[in-house]
Amino acid sequence: MSKRVDINRIKDNLFRYVGIGCTLFGLLMLGFFLYSVLREGLPRLNAQFFSSLPSRKPDEAGILIPLFGTIWVMVLTSLISIPLGVASGIYLEEYGKKNRLASLIEINITNLAGVPSIIYGLLALEIFVRILGLGKSLLSGSLTLALLILPIIIVATREALKAVPKTIREASFALGATKWQTIWFQVLPASAGGIVTGVILAISRAIGETAPLIVIGAMLYITTLPSSPMDDFSVLPIQIFNWLSRPQKGFIINATAAIIVLLAITFILNGIAIYLRNRWQKKVKW
Amino acid sequence: MSVKEKIIEGVLLLCAAVSILTTAGILWVLISESSVFFARVPLSEFLFDTQWTPLFADKHFGILPLVTGTLLTSFIAIAVALPLGLSIAVYLNEYAPKSFRKTIKPVLEILAAIPTVVYGFFALMVITPFLQQIFPQMAGFNALSPGIVMGIMIIPMISSLSEDALYAVPKSLREASYGIGATRFQTSFKVLVPAASSGIIVSVILGISRAVGETMIVAIAAGQQPRLTFNPLVPVETITTYIVQVSLGDVVQGSIEYQTIFAAGIALFALTFILNNISFYIKKKFQEKYE
Repeated sequence: MSKRVDINRIKDNLFRYVGIGCTLFGLLMLGFFLYSVLREGLPRLNAQFFSSLPSRKPDEAGILIPLFGTIWVMVLTSLISIPLGVASGIYLEEYGKKNRLASLIEINITNLAGVPSIIYGLLALEIFVRILGLGKSLLSGSLTLALLILPIIIVATREALKAVPKTIREASFALGATKWQTIWFQVLPASAGGIVTGVILAISRAIGETAPLIVIGAMLYITTLPSSPMDDFSVLPIQIFNWLSRPQKGFIINATAAIIVLLAITFILNGIAIYLRNRWQKKVKW
Repeated sequence: MSVKEKIIEGVLLLCAAVSILTTAGILWVLISESSVFFARVPLSEFLFDTQWTPLFADKHFGILPLVTGTLLTSFIAIAVALPLGLSIAVYLNEYAPKSFRKTIKPVLEILAAIPTVVYGFFALMVITPFLQQIFPQMAGFNALSPGIVMGIMIIPMISSLSEDALYAVPKSLREASYGIGATRFQTSFKVLVPAASSGIIVSVILGISRAVGETMIVAIAAGQQPRLTFNPLVPVETITTYIVQVSLGDVVQGSIEYQTIFAAGIALFALTFILNNISFYIKKKFQEKYE
């Protein structure tokens, strides 16, 4: 009897180490990945790398065009997806709670969130590139990514709105404010922290996307900076994919250097989001 | 209600309707393009032929090799992510001090925030060379290495969903178990995990669905050879990789090759749609159980 108790105690304690081990495994892999990327790519990150056009010689190639493309895509995707996503979130949470249409939209959004990103590429190839005739332009790419991250923004907006207590709405109504006045002047400012966090995470997801942009044909060898939303473009993840698929060692090093830049942007965005979330959670004590 | 208020509500509704249009658009595009495909290729060939060679002179249109490639990499991913993710969930839920839990969760989330093209690089340039030292016969492109890397990517998804499920188990069950003298280990694996099993299953299904739809990791590291095999050491091709492969080439729009990516797309969409809806169904039943 006591032997079994001992065995159970040992198992119990052993699992503590298994648990720590598993938790650290992911982090160790992350650290190892980051180390291997930094070791290979860091020496390549010089002024020439940031300011050069694509080239057949790895030492002369740079990320000027994809970096600009990524910034363009970030701005355009935000402009399209933020108003649409936040407005949808407001409608679903504040207006259409009970009606059929709203519940249909809700089921639909849950499903959309699970659709693989490459399927959005197929949608965009047919609708934006062909039928609307936007071509392989920045606008096509940004529209595609905006649709892709829309479910994330909608869900985040709804969560943030849900966290605003009823009393604030009721107080506003009691003062004679209309529904929209209540939302615009009370509910939205109160939930802004949560919404902004969700939006930043969604944008960070969008700039790391590769597959849907490959499907619409963004992988081009272009030598001029895009100057309008109708111009052809490339983005950092596509440039990385392009360099990875070449045999020369020099291009692989370029790819790791570009990965450092992409990871830096991703981590900065995520860091801002986490910071805002913590600050918001601390500040808001209803 | 004033006119202005009505207009605002209408505009908001229109924005919300964009998501319906997106779904309708996806369905319409996939169905209209692949119906042209299925007019030329019988459905029986698509489902049962064992070869996928639309880009060769001798064309075969059997989706099976792409499906097995997709399932193989996805199952490797889950085989990595489930034990690790579940152990993390149990550890954080039952063993870890609160402060550790609070700091470690956002750090784990970083794994899910890394762009997939970066994971593809790791699979091809770091994991594959490492595995080749263990399996000298392993090819440069294979299913094992991207599968493992996808598994690492999915860990936070499995661990956080499983943790939520464990956390939702009523306190009374946990206390009863401790009350009769069970250890944390026994309580976790004999009481909490079985009680949270539906939530854990949901996390696994969503993980598989995520892996099935994952594109860049497999496109970079798994190869482009559609092959009906469950050998993890040889090159395979997934449904998503095939779409990328065709998109990179100069395929004439309206040709049979062009239509194949929509046929592959509809197979992918169906696969993930079924998986996602099974998980919604289980989730709904599970919520009812404890309410």
